[in-house]
Amino acid sequence: MSVAAPPPPKVNRIGLEVLNYKGSKTTLCAGCGHNAISERIVECFYELGVEPYTVAKFSGIGCSSKSPAYFLGLSHGFNGVHGRMPSIATGALLANRHLMGLGVTGDGDTASIGIGQFMHLVRRNVPMIYIIEDNGVYGLTKGQFSATADLDSTLKTGIRNDLPPFDCCALALKWGATFVARSFSGDKRQLQAILKTAISHNGLSVIDVVSPCVTFNDHEGSTKSYSYMKEHEYTLHELDYVPHYEDIAVEIPDGTIMDVEMHDGSHLRIRKLQRDYDPTDRMAALAVLEDALAKHEVLTGVLYVNTQKPNFLELLHLGDAPLAMLPESVVRPPKSVLDQVMEELR
Amino acid sequence: MSTLEVSPVEPLSGQSNHSVVNDFSIQVATVNGSGSQTANTVLMRSIFQMGIPVSGKNMFPSNIAGLPTWFTIRASKHGYIGRRKEIDFLIAMNPETAREDVMKLDSGAAVVYDAPLKLNELRSDLHFYPVPFDKLVAPVCPDAKLRKLVRNMIYDGIVAWLLSVEMEEIRKALVKQFGKRKAKAADLNWGAAKAGFDYAAATFTKTDPYRVERMNETAGKIIIDGNSACALGALFAGVTVVTWYPITPSSSLVETLIGYMRRFRHDPETGKASYAIVQAEDELASIGMALGAGWAGARSMTATAGPGISLMSEFIGLGYYAEIPAVVYDVERVGPSTGLPTRTSQADVLSTAMLSHGDTKHPMFFPCSPEECFTMSIEAFEFAEMFQTPVFVMTDLDLGMNNWMADPFPYPEKPIHRGKVLNAEDLKRLGGFARYKDVDGDGVGYRTLPGTNHPDASYFTRGSGHNEKAQYTEREDDYVNNMERLAHKFEEMRKHVPESVVHLNENARIGFVAFGTSDYAVRESCDQLKAEYDIDASYLRLRAYPFTDQLRNFIRRHDRVYVVDQNRDAQLLGLMRLEFEPELIAKLRSVRYFGGLPLDARTITDEIVSQEGK
Repeated sequence: MSVAAPPPPKVNRIGLEVLNYKGSKTTLCAGCGHNAISERIVECFYELGVEPYTVAKFSGIGCSSKSPAYFLGLSHGFNGVHGRMPSIATGALLANRHLMGLGVTGDGDTASIGIGQFMHLVRRNVPMIYIIEDNGVYGLTKGQFSATADLDSTLKTGIRNDLPPFDCCALALKWGATFVARSFSGDKRQLQAILKTAISHNGLSVIDVVSPCVTFNDHEGSTKSYSYMKEHEYTLHELDYVPHYEDIAVEIPDGTIMDVEMHDGSHLRIRKLQRDYDPTDRMAALAVLEDALAKHEVLTGVLYVNTQKPNFLELLHLGDAPLAMLPESVVRPPKSVLDQVMEELR
Repeated sequence: MSTLEVSPVEPLSGQSNHSVVNDFSIQVATVNGSGSQTANTVLMRSIFQMGIPVSGKNMFPSNIAGLPTWFTIRASKHGYIGRRKEIDFLIAMNPETAREDVMKLDSGAAVVYDAPLKLNELRSDLHFYPVPFDKLVAPVCPDAKLRKLVRNMIYDGIVAWLLSVEMEEIRKALVKQFGKRKAKAADLNWGAAKAGFDYAAATFTKTDPYRVERMNETAGKIIIDGNSACALGALFAGVTVVTWYPITPSSSLVETLIGYMRRFRHDPETGKASYAIVQAEDELASIGMALGAGWAGARSMTATAGPGISLMSEFIGLGYYAEIPAVVYDVERVGPSTGLPTRTSQADVLSTAMLSHGDTKHPMFFPCSPEECFTMSIEAFEFAEMFQTPVFVMTDLDLGMNNWMADPFPYPEKPIHRGKVLNAEDLKRLGGFARYKDVDGDGVGYRTLPGTNHPDASYFTRGSGHNEKAQYTEREDDYVNNMERLAHKFEEMRKHVPESVVHLNENARIGFVAFGTSDYAVRESCDQLKAEYDIDASYLRLRAYPFTDQLRNFIRRHDRVYVVDQNRDAQLLGLMRLEFEPELIAKLRSVRYFGGLPLDARTITDEIVSQEGK
């Protein structure tokens, strides 16, 4: 009697298993939206065959910011201080421009203490993926409002929020991010397409993912709950991502499909739903967000994409080799230069 | 004695029968924004070019135009280049302060002044030289808009005649100041200086005793400010990522560095930069970027002053616990907000030593001169990577922003060493690594850089809660072990910090301990104490924290040790108290100055004499 050999493990195009893209076991609550986002990250990086060692993970402080330990265990990670992940990421990418920056943050980390660094990251268009796991509440300190909590939404305790929210997508759109999307942790297909497009994008990708907090903000009166999203999510369009190493199928152009070619030759295929929406039109993006706010809709999809604007690192006239790796012969001028400067100072 | 009190003194009569050669100080009182900086620099440089040791101190307000500013130039044949309190030669250009400036002078001083101020009516015991500046400037500067700027150059000519400064040196200094591209401006100013010289020659009879005579004490030396010297040090240390936020008095450090980097750190063929300099949105971000860059393997730095140090506090703690190299320059100044941002101090020492929350302590280097700004910058970058921790280079406004006579800087002899970094080949050979394991017994673990192509390369960087493998833990033993290792690493640093400079006096019962710019005043004070009071003193100039055994031994061998601090609370003394045994602490005395001006020798001497009961 012979025993069938176990099937060879499934690998991606660079020969790695999905296991190679996982991290340590999550310590977040069961059902937390953040865990779903971590799973999407694992899938997308695995499916696209991204070399884990080329990725650097960054986060600030909060439940969301713990999550980089739960994916891409073969990538370096840096858990920074509250609200200041953007500066750490910017510095690291200055040191090594070949790293793919992947930042994970929360609405408290970004929209409150970190709003300044977030805005300057946006303004610089630092090439990295910036995921905001947005649940409208501080989870790790047990349920206080964050600055993305909607007007008149309530805490579990019944306390009503009497201030309007920051819309991180609107801020990103207004001040310079070149890929801006909103999604929902429960929308597997859409989030995958958005994440993969962000991986292909050569600029700052701001992805605001509504990610319900099952412990502190999933009740009646919350606008970041699973049930609220079920009733109020409005999907802008259907998204497909076609990687650069696959042929893009020719569709008969019937005006319902728009293809955006990304930096690495991949394509974002956008299929129109109920309304016309052109995500290369920044003003239109701002307008739909305003409109959605008035109608209490949560718009999801790719709000804006600009593949042309140079990113921050491109403005610095750096050579190809990472600054971190430059040899002494490049970074220490010869003695003749010191002699020349000394002569000028005599 | 009140500064405005006039003592009855004999009026001066006729010409002085003695000369004071190469040993006096000049004070120029102007308003800021009037372009006096050029005239002052040219005058200082001219004296320097005549081979006479010289120093310049700018006492300026936190303002762009219209407030009083004083520039003092000290010529000293003995080579004393610290500030001197007594003014021998006043150039009174500011009507607002002229009266008080004149009343403060010691009897016998000389005053060049704008004639309409009629300062000669104030006192009869000074040498007065009235100059009609407006009348003199009109013919040499037809463009009325430029007269305000050119007018100051006239006093250079007047002073040249009065003090025997060679006009050819003034001309050379002007050319140096303006460079070839601004030859027209140099010509215009030269015309004004000549007009002043000619006026003085035709009008005055010299009655004061002060004059210069050519020496040969400055040959080969350079003139530079400490901020520029730090910039050059960073350039030759091979810095690659510079992040900063403007703040007085550190801004010119990075601005000068930008200039040098543009000249010397671009590939001559491709034009590509071997560096990145980013002006951040604040100090919270500038230190975050510097740490991010240091983590990813760059030689990174930022430069700031006290308020910035405060803002960086939380991040520095993370840098300490996560063990990330970075160099932080602190050009110290006085106080928060609209305090005295243009006055010097050494008041960040104690807070910087333990900056941040939790148990943290940080190495600090204390340069005292432009040469040390240069050499210690290079050492600081090496040290930061050797020990994987933020290193502070503590200078101050006096050192950073004033021009100093200095020896030319030595080209670094040692090659750049990037510390304990494992690459993919190392990992293959070793079969993995543990980020925070003390493999070599020096408390310093091995690190890998993001982007290293090896499956064992990655680790997760976080704050204090990690074990040897950089894994998250809240276990008591893991935390304690890690903290003990960090403490051990700090102990190891003692073996590698810049050593103190010790001047032992065999006869001395007392000793000085000082750091940074206090050096000039302390050395001069040692001479004053000997010459005037027959007090012998030894002197240890501290160049770094943590302390070394040199300091302990120095305290042991003296009866009393005077610790000189340019701050109110005797901060260096406080740091010493934390470390030393009670019998050593009992020997410590404090000499403090915190008035915001560069420390002078007389202040120290008077204090020692008082405390020694002489």
